[in-house]
Formats: sequence, structure tokens, C-alpha cells
Amino acid sequence: MREITYRQALNEALAEELERDPNVFLMGEEVAEYQGAYKVSAGLLQRFGPRRIIDTPISENGFAGLGIGAAMVGLRPIIEFMTFSFSLVAFDQVVNNAPNMFMMSGGQFNIPITFRGPNGPAHQLGATHSHATENFYASVPGLKVCTPATPRDAKGLLKTAVRDDNPVLVLEAELLYSSKGMVEPPDEELLIPLGKAEVKREGSDVTVVCYAQTVPIALKVATQLEEEDVSAEIVDLRSIKPLDEKAIFDSVAKTHRVVIVEQDHPFCGVGAEICYRIQKDIFDELDAPILRVSQEDVPMPYNEDLEHAVLPNAEKLFAAVKQVCYA
Amino acid sequence: MQPVEQRDEVEMLSLMLLIRRFEERASQQYQAQKIGGFCHLYIGQEAVVTGAIAAVRPDDYVITAYRDHGHALARGTSANACMAELFGKETGCSRGLGGSMHFFDKRHHMYGGHAIVAAHVPLGVGLAFAIKYRGEDRVTLCFFGDGAINQGSFHEALNLAALYRLPIIFICENNLFAMGTSVKRSTSLKQIVDRAEGYDIPGEIVDGMNFREVRDKVAEVADSIRKEPHPAFLEVRTYRYRGHSMSDPASYRTKDELEKYRLDDPIIRLRAQLTREGKLTNEQFDQLDKRAKQTVLDAVKFAEESPELPVEKLYDYVYFNGAKS
Repeated sequence: MREITYRQALNEALAEELERDPNVFLMGEEVAEYQGAYKVSAGLLQRFGPRRIIDTPISENGFAGLGIGAAMVGLRPIIEFMTFSFSLVAFDQVVNNAPNMFMMSGGQFNIPITFRGPNGPAHQLGATHSHATENFYASVPGLKVCTPATPRDAKGLLKTAVRDDNPVLVLEAELLYSSKGMVEPPDEELLIPLGKAEVKREGSDVTVVCYAQTVPIALKVATQLEEEDVSAEIVDLRSIKPLDEKAIFDSVAKTHRVVIVEQDHPFCGVGAEICYRIQKDIFDELDAPILRVSQEDVPMPYNEDLEHAVLPNAEKLFAAVKQVCYA
Repeated sequence: MQPVEQRDEVEMLSLMLLIRRFEERASQQYQAQKIGGFCHLYIGQEAVVTGAIAAVRPDDYVITAYRDHGHALARGTSANACMAELFGKETGCSRGLGGSMHFFDKRHHMYGGHAIVAAHVPLGVGLAFAIKYRGEDRVTLCFFGDGAINQGSFHEALNLAALYRLPIIFICENNLFAMGTSVKRSTSLKQIVDRAEGYDIPGEIVDGMNFREVRDKVAEVADSIRKEPHPAFLEVRTYRYRGHSMSDPASYRTKDELEKYRLDDPIIRLRAQLTREGKLTNEQFDQLDKRAKQTVLDAVKFAEESPELPVEKLYDYVYFNGAKS
């Protein structure tokens, strides 16, 4: 194991998959000559050439659709959105074409495509550039959605996504690109299955379900809670769809208390689905009502203090955990 | 370079008759409530797809919009599989899961059947991208209607195809109406083909009621593309005799206009050409027509007797799990 950044982990995943399979290509805005808007694709043009690392004009709908068409005849495109806020321009392609094709063609055309890029609020980018899109996309049958929080998960999930025979969205955490973590050396194949959560920290008093940018918040709060003698178990979903229901249920059966901390909006958010499933299947395990910490139900303001107030943050999570523990 | 097989014109006339009779029967079965959803008929436009398909190879890629019955039939999908699809049966070309607007046939390189206007044009560009990526000499035929040319995805797709010099023929089937809105009321240009010029794509106007003209123009363009990949644009002027869909009485146009086009019918035209040249007798034509009608009647029977996909299989078509379908 060695320590690398989240950005570098993604870069390695791309390079390894491009190396492994000649049908894989990377396409998007500024991915080639500019070396990536967030430098995730740095060096790939030099290594793989312009046939496989392809710059596009600002045409999200167009190049997302191009990728889907290429996937219909067996190529395995990786389509980068500069941010998933821009994927909304390509919503029709991602929602109406990619996931519907397999059903609509009676099973003749599966679409092995990866859509990837930063997702979720970053820092003072205002309402148009701060979307957390996971709940939009996870609600669509035929799509898979993963949300890595660590360099290791980023690498392993992206590689798995590229090899999946269905459309997969890899929603990278914009604020975590420079964060570091331990990852297997490049000569060791690292594949992390979609639909498998990971307990990032064991605990006995309360389960905190989190993903992507809320994982570091949850880990920080868990440390603070130790001082109050509250032992929090941190369950990182890693994938939103498929959802690892078992990992959630196993943890709740141990702690009997749950807080879900999510980076999307509260109405029809990821946490709403998880709450529903817990009360439906393991209602008797609960010793307290489930709480959710999410964004406020408002478009994102630019002002820094207001933005902080809108986001799920450590203070809100800390308070929620204390509440479910009646502490 | 693999040559394009010369298709017999009488055979192509027979294909146009099959499409015409198929659509007439589909209309009748729709009214009898055997067919659900939306149903858009191709009657009047047969020479467009027949001419284009006659000019390309069976391994070239074809993609189109929702008025797609003719395209599947022309590509080689059986009338049985097409009618069964309309009936929602498992034996349909999309197992009854796509319906009228979503005909697919992988074996015949028919990539749909797409119902969001112009959303498939980028997909067509992607098919062409794959051809060039693999260094093949195939061509993609991407059909769409005049209604598609004002959508953003159309413009993005044309720009990408021109930028990457992809082997694709954009075939605009200009039947003068996007649903009930005439081209005059929807498009700022005097002629649609000028859209191509904006992307530095060579474009031409073709008489879509003339099978030979469509075939020869598509053949010429496809030949040029196979030598050196590039996009091309054909505005093929045609006319649909029926409304936009089965629920449209087409009251936005006059009887006189419709009659004018009916007199210029693509089937009558090719028949007259072949008869004049001594390649077809009236008896032979009647035989062809009789055969087309019978094929379609058999298809209705086949569709009626076919099973539906059982509900237990519903979830088999959400995610591909690596198993061969």
C-alpha cells in the first residue's frame, strides 16, 4: 500500500482500463490537451494518443449521446462531465437513452458506458454548479450509481464501472480530489464491486450512514463523539444503486439507532429511501426514530456562511446523533 | 473495400409494396385496438428508405426516429417480427418491449427506432465514431424528420460529426410537417439543407418520391465516404399521406395538397419506369402486390398467435448481466 490522492487514484484507474481494453476511450471537455479541468486525466493524452483521449466542444448532450451510440456497437466509452451539474444538459441522453435501450430493444442492446466527473456542492460555486445529482439518477431503473469517498474506493469503483456492461455513473467527490489515502500498488488489481458498502469505522451505539463528501464529516464527528462516550459506526454506502441493504441492516441490528447524512436535498433524497427500507424490514430493531441530515431544501446560495448553513455539516450531524442517542 | 451488391429494382418495388401494405394493415389493426400506444405510418415515404437501403451494404449501420416500420422492413426484419412488435408480443423485433416507435434488430444492423425527436442523432454519430475508431469502411445512415432540425441535439451532433470527420449520412426525410407544424412555421431557413452548410457538411436536395434518385444519390455519397470518412447531409423531400400518428386527422393541410402528392406516388412512379422499360408487366405487378398483401396477412396471424413475454421476466431486461440474450 502507498498513499496517493483521490485524483491520482482516478487517473490510475483510467490508465489501467485504457491499457487493458482497446475498446475503452475517454471523451469530454478539456480531458486531453488541457489535461483535465480537475487534472484527473493528466498525462493520458501523451500516453494513449488523440484517438482514445478525445476533447469535445461544450456539447454535453451531443457527446453523451455519441458515447451511447458507440456503446451500442461494443465500444466502452468513459464520458467525463466537467461537473455533474452540467450533466443536466445531457439529462435526456443519460436518463432516456442509456438506461432504456436494453429494455426497449428487448435485450438486444446493452450500453456499457461510464459517465464520470465531480458531483455535489463544492465551495461557493452558487446554485447552478452545486448539484448533488445522486438521487435524480438513482431513481432511474437501468442506471447504476456509485459515490466513492476515498482514493482506494475511487480507483476500485471506477475500474469496476468501466468493466460493467450497463451504464454506470461514477459520481466523484469534488471536494476530495486532493485528499489522500492508502491504495494498493499499481501492479495489484483493485476492483471494488458495485453495491457493496464498507464499514469505515466500527461502533456500537449508533449507525451513521454516509457516502461521498459526507464520509469525512461522519468520521470527524465519530471522533468528537468518542469524547462524549458515544460509539458511532460509520457505514459508507460507496454505491447508491445498487444499494447494500444488508450492510445497513447488519449495522442497525447492532446499534439500534440511525442517522443518515447525505449530500443531496431532503425531498425524495437518498436518505428517504433508506429510512423506508429500515422501517419496513427491521422496524423492531429501532430504539429511536431515524434522523436525516441533508442539504436544506433551497437552491445553493453563494455567500459562504449561508452555504455552510445549507450543507450537511459536522455540527448538524453531531446534534442529530446526540438526539437519536437521547444523549 | 467490399462492394455494394446491386439490388434488383423489381425486388425493391416489391419491398415498397410490402411497406405500404404493412402500414395499411397496421392502421386497420390499430383501429381494431390490437395495437396500443402511438403509431406513426410511413405511407407515401417508401422510396426514401428503400432507395437508401438499396444503395448500402447489409453491414452498414441504420438508425432512425419513431416512424420506423419501413426502416426495419427495408433492413430485412420480417413482417412477422414487425407486426408482432406492434401487437406487443415476445416474437416481436423488440420482444414486445419497444412498440411501434422502438423497433430494433441487431442482426440486421438496425439500431432503432427512437422516439425523442433528434435524441438519436447523437447516437448515430456515435455509431459512425465507432466505425472510424475501428478503421472500418462502413457507413451510418441516420434518418430523421424535418421536425428534428431545430433541436439542440441535432446541432450538437452535426458539429461533432463534422469536427471528427465521421462516416455518416444525415438523411432528413422532409415530409413538410413536424406533427401539425409546417416547415414554414418552424424553421427560419428557406431550405433545410442549408442547415448542413452551417457545419461545413456537404448537402444536397433529393426527390424522395423517386426511388432511383434517392438510391443513386445515397450510393454516390456512401462511396465517397468509404474512400475517406466524412459526414454528408441529404434533404430528401417526401410526403406522408396520413396524419402524424393514428390520432391525427391532418386537418392542417388541404385535400388538394394531399392529392397532388398522391399523383406523384413513389410506387406508381417506379412501376411506370419499370413498365416503360419492359422490365415489369401489369400481371407481374399484380402478383407482387398480392404477395405483399398475403405476407402482411400472415404477419397479423403470426402476431395474434404469438405469446406475450411473461411478467416474471420483467426484471431480466433492466440490467445486462453478461448472459447472451
